[in-house]
Amino acid sequence: MSQGHATSTGLDNRKMAFWAFIGSECLLFGSLISTYLIYKGKSLVGPYPHDILNIPFTSFSTFDLLMSSLAMVLALAAIQRGDMRQGKLWLFVTALLGLVFLGGQVYEFRSFVHEGLGLTTNLFGSTFFVLTGTHGAHVTVGVIWLLTHWVQALRGKLGPAQAMTVEITGLYWHFVDVVWIVIFTLVYLLQ
Amino acid sequence: MKTWLTTTDHKRIGLLYFWTAVGFFLIGGLEALVIRAQLARPEGIGVSAEVYNQMFTMHGTTMVFLALMPLSAAFFNYIVPLQIGARDVAFPRLNAFSYWVFLLGGLLLNASFVAGPLFGAAGLSVAPDAGWFGYANLTSRQFSPGPNIDFWVLGLQILGIASLAAGFNFIVTILNMRAPGMKLMRLPAFSWMTLVTQFLVITAFPVITVALVLLMFDRFFGTHFFVPAGGGDPILWQHLFWLFGHPEVYILILPAMGIISEVLPTFSRKPLFGYTVVVYSGVLIGFMGWGVWSHHMFSVGLGPIADSVFSATTMLIAVPTGVKIFNWIGTMWGGQIRFTTAMLFAVGFIAMFIIGGLSGVSHASPPADLQQTDTYYVVAHIHYVLFGGTMLGLFAGMYYWWPKMSGRRLSETLGRWHFWLTFVGMNLAFFPMHFSGLLGMPRRIYTYGAELGVTRLNEISTAGAFLLGVAVLVFLVNLWRTRTRGELAGNDPWQGATLEWATTSPPPVYNFTVIPRVESRLPLWATEHHAAMAPLPATPPEPIHVPGGSWWPLVTALGVPLIAVAALSHQLWLALAGVAVVVAGIYRWAYEPFEV
Amino acid sequence: MSQQAHASTGTYLRIAAILVIVTLIEVGVFYVPAFQPVLVPVLLVLSAFKFALVVLFYMHLKFDSRLFAFLFSGPLLLAVVVMIGLLFLFFGAVRVRAGA
Repeated sequence: MSQGHATSTGLDNRKMAFWAFIGSECLLFGSLISTYLIYKGKSLVGPYPHDILNIPFTSFSTFDLLMSSLAMVLALAAIQRGDMRQGKLWLFVTALLGLVFLGGQVYEFRSFVHEGLGLTTNLFGSTFFVLTGTHGAHVTVGVIWLLTHWVQALRGKLGPAQAMTVEITGLYWHFVDVVWIVIFTLVYLLQ
Repeated sequence: MKTWLTTTDHKRIGLLYFWTAVGFFLIGGLEALVIRAQLARPEGIGVSAEVYNQMFTMHGTTMVFLALMPLSAAFFNYIVPLQIGARDVAFPRLNAFSYWVFLLGGLLLNASFVAGPLFGAAGLSVAPDAGWFGYANLTSRQFSPGPNIDFWVLGLQILGIASLAAGFNFIVTILNMRAPGMKLMRLPAFSWMTLVTQFLVITAFPVITVALVLLMFDRFFGTHFFVPAGGGDPILWQHLFWLFGHPEVYILILPAMGIISEVLPTFSRKPLFGYTVVVYSGVLIGFMGWGVWSHHMFSVGLGPIADSVFSATTMLIAVPTGVKIFNWIGTMWGGQIRFTTAMLFAVGFIAMFIIGGLSGVSHASPPADLQQTDTYYVVAHIHYVLFGGTMLGLFAGMYYWWPKMSGRRLSETLGRWHFWLTFVGMNLAFFPMHFSGLLGMPRRIYTYGAELGVTRLNEISTAGAFLLGVAVLVFLVNLWRTRTRGELAGNDPWQGATLEWATTSPPPVYNFTVIPRVESRLPLWATEHHAAMAPLPATPPEPIHVPGGSWWPLVTALGVPLIAVAALSHQLWLALAGVAVVVAGIYRWAYEPFEV
Repeated sequence: MSQQAHASTGTYLRIAAILVIVTLIEVGVFYVPAFQPVLVPVLLVLSAFKFALVVLFYMHLKFDSRLFAFLFSGPLLLAVVVMIGLLFLFFGAVRVRAGA
């Protein structure tokens, strides 16, 4: 099944399952993004996007997440070639950049609330927080997953033989990044 | 007992799904009988309006999510790995997890019947009561203040997790674990339809998950996604629900179509006519099923352009469906027909599904649908396709595959009684509904006036429904008696063509002593081009590793309803505990030495 | 199964640089008033380009089995088409809607 057994397509079961999962997630985020777009401009009261969205700050978040994807591919490449020193380093950097992103989200959410935009204030608040909150929850799961690998690596239990599970973590992480690219464009840049 | 709790064997999991689904089917059936008892007379005062609302809501929700889907899952689980020549599914523990989550979700949903006192409600039952499709904004906290809809929202999300996990599992299983030589176009039709169904599951369920999450946020946190006073649009709920809901009905029918695509050839002693066309039609139905959702919304005021577009797509989807019907008839034509009970149900499926399909096509016309929608005409349509279609197909599957699963044949005598009582009962129950609907009887009303002129029709429907109840009893008796008194089946009681018949009944835990090499679509039949497959050895020539059980799927699954109960009782610590159980379960699962 | 072609570290760094530059362009386009009329198509194209780069190279889809591409792009296409359909239904030609 996973390791060792031959498969009909020659492809790894877990990797195939994960691509199917990512396809499924496109529908999940697609529905949330659709809801956001449908309710755009329909809030009965403010604050409205142009009042409150901070493009420079969010650009930095976007940059941070893009760099975390770079760190992720470097981590995977290192682990695949057996360089566990680099592997550990880049796994940690990826998780750290993820935490920075999350920190930025927390800061952003709190400042919005402070400026009068809460979950229930208006449709913009509701759709914004549910969409970005769902994304943030996905990032959180990703960070935990990465740190789990990192800890296993520290204990000497992660090596090239486990490269596939790290690759799958990478697929997850890049997908979460790609969803952010879409959110950054549709929510922040295309107000 | 412990081995059942820790099982990762697809055959055992299939049996677990089967018995659990039968249990829920009986509950859903009782709910139907309450409905029919109430409607037998105008101004019937059997149950209050409130209880009646719970009855039709739970009847629909139970039958769709707790009976039909899991009964199909019973066959996905038991039969698909055998048909593709595999020893199990791709992810056996995930498979077990799906079952436990389904069971717990179904229990949570039904717990609402007795949870009233916990919420300070007036009565015992706080079961969901806003219809199986929970239209906003009836389901808002304002109009449904009690916990009823909370049970619905949470229960369905839990069930969604089970279905999604199984979806990923079966897609990988069917694509990646086929026996050598089993190319995709040699897959049995049932396995093909299962594959298409799982793709529909993994794409449609996320949409209803979002809808339910948005509703949950409205109800628990005060957002206004579906609340007009806050700018929300209840129509968005309908779009999101039916974007899921329409693919869902194909999720419900395709497996049954797959089943009869196996049964008809076996009992006609002829290959499925136009196998390639049947497969492609199934795939096409899957794709096109995404383009028709707003035909459930013709009365909502979408405008002439939207109505026309969805009307056209809906009429188009009748084409691949109709094509299959001709293929099934073509299969029987010129064949050596044996009218076993399974075959009776399969032929019954074709006839009943045609009727259901015809009323469906009439719905495709918006002006016609404006009269039909929300009347009993739709109830007739639904039940012809879902009972006359899916349920008859599932019964066919039961009579066909029960020998494989249990080693014994079901009684053909009782089977015939079961079939004819079912056939007569369902037509008595549902055919008059075409008329009562067109005469103006609305859906979801707890009583009606005599002046509507539908009394006699309702009486007939009620008689039919109770006859169906008798039919089900006959079936249960059949199931029970064959446990000890059924005729032993042997490997291949029906001279079937596909791989599940190559091994013992029931199969050994490792399924096949040797994984066969497959040379044709009909491995066990001799055709012009291929000899029949040689019998498999009686014992495995080499030791076969069989993975043991695992506690972690069950443990992880237990965390999920904990979170739901936490939401219902507003206890944050319980939610955190639930999350902790899930996370701990996942970690133990991931690091458990488990060799497939 | 091991992947066939492997992008090198250099390639990954180059992709990262492109991603950063494109993001800067996007932000720039956002702030320059002259670009307002073409803001939407430009941003959609640029972000689609970034999306494709990450999927094809970081997620290795360019080098992997086409089955994976199908498992991803099928549902992705579905999501996009459904989104466009919903937008038409909500913002399309004038229609009468009860309530709201």
